[in-house]
Amino acid sequence: MIHHRPIVKTFIFSILLSSLVSMGNTGYAQDATKGKTLFQTNCASCHSPVKQVLGPALKGVTERVPDKKLLHDWIKNNSKVLQSGNPYFTALYAQFNKAAMNTFPNLSDADIDDILKYVETYQAPTATPGEGTPTQKEEGDNTLLYGILTLILAIIMMVLLQVNSSLKKLSDDKEGIPAHEPIPFYRNKVYITFVILILFILGGYWVVQGAIGLGRTKNYQPVQPIFYSHKVHAGINQISCLYCHTNAWESKHATVPSLNVCMNCHAAINDYTKGPKLYREDGSEVNGTDEIQKLYSYTGYDPKTQRYSNAASAKPVEWVKIHSLPDHVYFNHSQHIRAGKVQCQTCHGPIQEMDEVKQFADLSMGWCINCHRTTKVNFGDSTGNGNKFYSIYEKFHKDLKTGKMDSVTVENIGGTECQKCHY
Amino acid sequence: MSDKKYWQSFGERNNSEAFQKSTENEFKEDLPLEGLDGKGLLDAKAPRRDFLKYLGFSTAAATLAASCEIPVKKVVPYLNKPENMVPGVADWYATTYNVGGDIVPVVAKVRDGRPIKLEGNEMSSITKGATSARVQAAVLDLYDTARLRFPVQIVDGKPQEVSTFEAFDKLVSDALAGAAGAPLVLLTGTITSPTTKQIISEFLAKYPGSRHVQYDADSYSGMLLANETTYGKKALPSYRFENAKVIVSLGADFLGTWGAHLEYSIGYAKNRKIDEKNPSMSKHYQFESLLSMTGANADDRYTHRPSEAGAVALALAAELGVGVTAPALDEKLKAGVKKAAKDLLENKGKALVVSGSNNPDIQVVVNAINEAIGAGGSTIDWSTPLQTRQGIDSEMNTLVADLNGGRVGALLIYGVNPVYDYYDGAGFKAALAKAKVSISFNDRLDETSELVKFVLPAPHFLESWGDTEAKPGHYSFIQPTISPLFKTRAFEDSLLKWSGSATTYEHYFTQYWTSKLGSVEAYEKALQEGVAEPATAAAAAGAAFSGAKLAEAAAAIGNTKKGAGFELVIYQKISMGTGAQANNPWLLELPDPVTKATWDNYAVVSPKFAKENWKDMDLADRRQADAYEVHPKKQLIKIKVGNKEITLPVVVVPGTDNNVIGVAVGFGRSSAKPENTADFIGKSVVGAGWNAFPLLSFNGTTVEWSAPIAGIEKPKDSFYDIAQTQMHNTYEERTQVVKEITLDQFVKHPEELQEEREKELKPFGGIENFDKEGTLYPMYDKPGIKWGMSIDMNACYGCGACVVACHAENNVSVVGKSEVLRYHDMHWIRIDRYFSGDLDDPNSIQTVFQPMLCQHCDNAPCENVCPVAATNHSSEGLNQMAYNRCIGTRYCANNCPYKVRRFNWADYTGADSFPNNQDQTTVGKLDPTVFQMNDDLTRMVLNPDVTVRSRGVMEKCSFCVQRLQEGKLKAKKENRQLKDMEDVRTACQQACSSDAIVFGNVNDHASLVSRTRKENAQRLFYVIEEVHTLPNVNYLAKVRHTDVIRGVKEELQAAEEKHA
Repeated sequence: MIHHRPIVKTFIFSILLSSLVSMGNTGYAQDATKGKTLFQTNCASCHSPVKQVLGPALKGVTERVPDKKLLHDWIKNNSKVLQSGNPYFTALYAQFNKAAMNTFPNLSDADIDDILKYVETYQAPTATPGEGTPTQKEEGDNTLLYGILTLILAIIMMVLLQVNSSLKKLSDDKEGIPAHEPIPFYRNKVYITFVILILFILGGYWVVQGAIGLGRTKNYQPVQPIFYSHKVHAGINQISCLYCHTNAWESKHATVPSLNVCMNCHAAINDYTKGPKLYREDGSEVNGTDEIQKLYSYTGYDPKTQRYSNAASAKPVEWVKIHSLPDHVYFNHSQHIRAGKVQCQTCHGPIQEMDEVKQFADLSMGWCINCHRTTKVNFGDSTGNGNKFYSIYEKFHKDLKTGKMDSVTVENIGGTECQKCHY
Repeated sequence: MSDKKYWQSFGERNNSEAFQKSTENEFKEDLPLEGLDGKGLLDAKAPRRDFLKYLGFSTAAATLAASCEIPVKKVVPYLNKPENMVPGVADWYATTYNVGGDIVPVVAKVRDGRPIKLEGNEMSSITKGATSARVQAAVLDLYDTARLRFPVQIVDGKPQEVSTFEAFDKLVSDALAGAAGAPLVLLTGTITSPTTKQIISEFLAKYPGSRHVQYDADSYSGMLLANETTYGKKALPSYRFENAKVIVSLGADFLGTWGAHLEYSIGYAKNRKIDEKNPSMSKHYQFESLLSMTGANADDRYTHRPSEAGAVALALAAELGVGVTAPALDEKLKAGVKKAAKDLLENKGKALVVSGSNNPDIQVVVNAINEAIGAGGSTIDWSTPLQTRQGIDSEMNTLVADLNGGRVGALLIYGVNPVYDYYDGAGFKAALAKAKVSISFNDRLDETSELVKFVLPAPHFLESWGDTEAKPGHYSFIQPTISPLFKTRAFEDSLLKWSGSATTYEHYFTQYWTSKLGSVEAYEKALQEGVAEPATAAAAAGAAFSGAKLAEAAAAIGNTKKGAGFELVIYQKISMGTGAQANNPWLLELPDPVTKATWDNYAVVSPKFAKENWKDMDLADRRQADAYEVHPKKQLIKIKVGNKEITLPVVVVPGTDNNVIGVAVGFGRSSAKPENTADFIGKSVVGAGWNAFPLLSFNGTTVEWSAPIAGIEKPKDSFYDIAQTQMHNTYEERTQVVKEITLDQFVKHPEELQEEREKELKPFGGIENFDKEGTLYPMYDKPGIKWGMSIDMNACYGCGACVVACHAENNVSVVGKSEVLRYHDMHWIRIDRYFSGDLDDPNSIQTVFQPMLCQHCDNAPCENVCPVAATNHSSEGLNQMAYNRCIGTRYCANNCPYKVRRFNWADYTGADSFPNNQDQTTVGKLDPTVFQMNDDLTRMVLNPDVTVRSRGVMEKCSFCVQRLQEGKLKAKKENRQLKDMEDVRTACQQACSSDAIVFGNVNDHASLVSRTRKENAQRLFYVIEEVHTLPNVNYLAKVRHTDVIRGVKEELQAAEEKHA
């Protein structure tokens, strides 16, 4: 139980948080959800609904450009619209230093409508992850309170015992029963045994906990070669995690993005002026523009000429790995985010709030298993859109129908068996 | 006690004392308590207190070592990631295995830039996705530590690196200029590549008078010449085994080593598998001198001396009405020939006779036989001849004579090693020294390359561009799967360069195929699919037969005298062939299908031969069988052939002709200075066997693979250890391991096998209720998937492709000969070979092959005894093994009735973080091959999805759980049901050429495994079912197209005697 409760709480909290972050509000239409996905895959690298990134903030675009067809044409092939000499877009083009927007011939009108719907109904996340913290603190306080209470009770008990023995001694004196020489409590065998026992239990507990913790690196927060702030990118600028960590969608490895991905945006963004001030863990301030310069020196990019003129000196960044699993553990990112539809934050914590990334979970086996025990699998008997793979579990479907089971967890389909992760 | 009906070993047959003792102990060693000597534990060398001390110290040390500091790990992404590459997801590239003349289209699995596994290319109409053990092992050759890593010039026998290709080109062009005037000879194996052939002709045109000689170590000259005489075609036809109802093989190991054996085994399997509704199968006769793997699968088998091979063919021809006179044969053989001839005649047009002989006269007679039985256009197809062997033996002889006569200016050698594998290797060696310039393109400093002047190593086929044409119009392509590991250059590139062309081979290749296939798209499609074949398969066609030379051939055969003394047969092992992949530890450790021996070659003799030649080797005698068998040391024998002699250990194989000794080629690799062998040829070949190629002889037209033995010597008390894997893994008297039935009996009474099962299980609820009533334990649900496997014993020929595929897929370690000798071999799947029949009568021997792997029992005995629950059962029916939980008690292996669990006695694959675990002084001596496998280069072949097991843990077949998980995930991601046979296939299943292994979800009634079980319900059985292990692997009983099943008959007799 020691681990269990906080983890469940964290888990629920994270789900809440991530759904807040990603959805904004819950009563959301299906097409806007689709729009969100489309937005994140196609637009998010240059646009945010509410902030100017590489391109303008998109919220209100349907008011700014009331002609729906024109807007569709612009999104599909902007150069054509520019050629036609539309004054609004020409001005916009000039405003953004004549940086051409990508063309999206693949997007259908319906797709674009979905995106626009998402953009227009978008609300910046209001909740902050700090919200959950008080509950956790309360929990800590309670433990302390119980501890103090136990201590007081123990002291009272000892005092009462002492009083009791003194009184007994007095009455014995009175009745003339010869009394033993009183033994001071520190030489009393009962006390000594008791203390040793307590020390043994506590010591054992610490040793075991320490041994279990060997090789675990919860809260590990190394200094990275570039001060890369997830808060600025994923939090403030709302860049989808998958935009950079694309591999997580396909592969077991999420992978740190290659530098060409960084340069998609940073070819144009070469200073950090608009965002909040950045601080290191030690409190020193970070100059964001300097950090972007470091990226240029790694890639050999010259922002003035906008060319990779120093390509010969380019070298990959040696990031410090934070989340490490032992070699005998098989973990697959795509399994969790695609089949399991787990949010990144569930395991990585409120990453959009972290400047320097910190290991959020201890990545222990107990932590994995606890999640597998409670996470429900998308059988979808009530909604009818469950993953079709699970149709082979005929018995469970029957049980769900008859109400014998209310949901199927990962554990039910064998998610806590050894060879699901160790082979 | 009666003799056992089926036996893996002679000890088992006789049930000898030593054998009984060995079955009691799963592990050969006693507990490692040193110096106990019957004294109390406290008095032993390492008593209990020491144990506690060590325990305390090691716990403390491990804690300290682990807690000091967690190392900082770096993660380094690409600077600019290639677009289509996803780290952690495998890419597949179609390419072609092209080694030693064999051509097999494959697809290479490439993980994070390195090829780790080869699978057959299912787009090929010839091999249809089949692979052999050698193909499966080829990926390991890429990472061979002995490969030459740069071009060298050999000065005074010492290789000296040439720093750049330009410098090398300069050296060569100067040397070639110096040898100008004298012709240049290009010596290669058979080349089918259209581009290479064109480049060669362009190159030769620059050097007037020069020529190209093709040389095959396993020559098919006899057939090529015979086909030229009879059909006017110097080629090999395509054999259509799928059309053959009667097959007679005269010494051709067509399932293992002969011709396009993969193609044949696919066709052969068609008529060997049984349709229960309408049971029929082909009839296979084998006439041979040794028990080959093909012979072991034959229905009727007759042995003869190699000198009688022609006589047998002639007798068969005479019997079939071909106008030749039948020579005298002994009675048994005559009866066999008569029987085969009768069946052949009854199946005219649906029959096939093949001969493995390299004698053109015999092949002429065989061609006449095939003509008489109407094989042309039906079972023999001349529309698309096989082009993989074109070498003519006499051309090589001419070359040697030319070299000796100083008539060769420069000799360029590519892909062949005649100093080692030519019948007159010594002669070639002497002649080679006379060439003014000699250049080799071989991948290492092999026996030939170390004697030339320049060596420019060619890249491995997985690093190369190329093409092959196994049959006319059937192209398959070679594309690089990894950039060259070493400073190597393609042979074609060198020829282009030296003929003054500025183009590269890659460019040449692209140009050639783009224009030939018509467009860039067509070229890219061909590369992607790996093969380009005619849109419609050519109809099978015969060829006009000319019997003009038949009488001459028959007369020549008639003049051959039947030998009087012992005779030698030189053969190829399935694993090694002619030794092109000799330094491959996977192949060296693959047990031979018949002898079950690893790591060496040896002299194969019959039990009768052994009994008559040594007074203590009567294998029907318990004690003597033990002396021979329980100890790995084998008696040495010295065989004299002509003026040559060879000394090897004797291995007794039932089914060998009583007058014949067999020796395999492909072993005994050695550099001129033996101390260089490990560096030049490879660590693993050191000490592996003896070279038998010098025992071949030239008969005036072709190379003979047999010879009369001038004499044998039996050196007293001289022994050599042979590491065989057949001795352990016994079932301790439990029956129901192998089931067989004759075809006739099966037709008459198909329920017989099931009735037998029912009778056996009757006391425990019968077949239907056995699972519930046969146990006290509760049954557990398998709510979703339940994995199951079905193995058809009619389609398993014992070739071992599955064993090597398992090695590659599951990072199974190679342990080395010294460890195999201690029964520490690690194969997750083994192929058990059983004999039955009379030891003295080789014709009576029947063989059964049975692949044995973890049966994934639903009521597994191993699971109950694990003290730490490291092995347990999954809800999908898998018997899981958690390596990191295992503490190595080995209780599970002791309790496994199938003997499929393997224990890591040492750190074979370099998994441990403690370097001392590989220290030879602390873990005992391991063979150099283990260190070859542990090299950082070789470790690149490891599958990153499978844990590398460390020392002290148990392991076993996992049903390729990594593939199952991957397949399930794929289906989940695509939001669909699991596709049978598409999403999940085990490595052994995929490697099997005859589809003997079927795997899938048993809970899905439409899956192939469910259907296989349903459609073959009469043949279905589980191995030692009566112990209620409830295996998830079932077998289909072997049906023999023969009159009698030896094992079954003997069992019945024994039962009758008991009752009488």
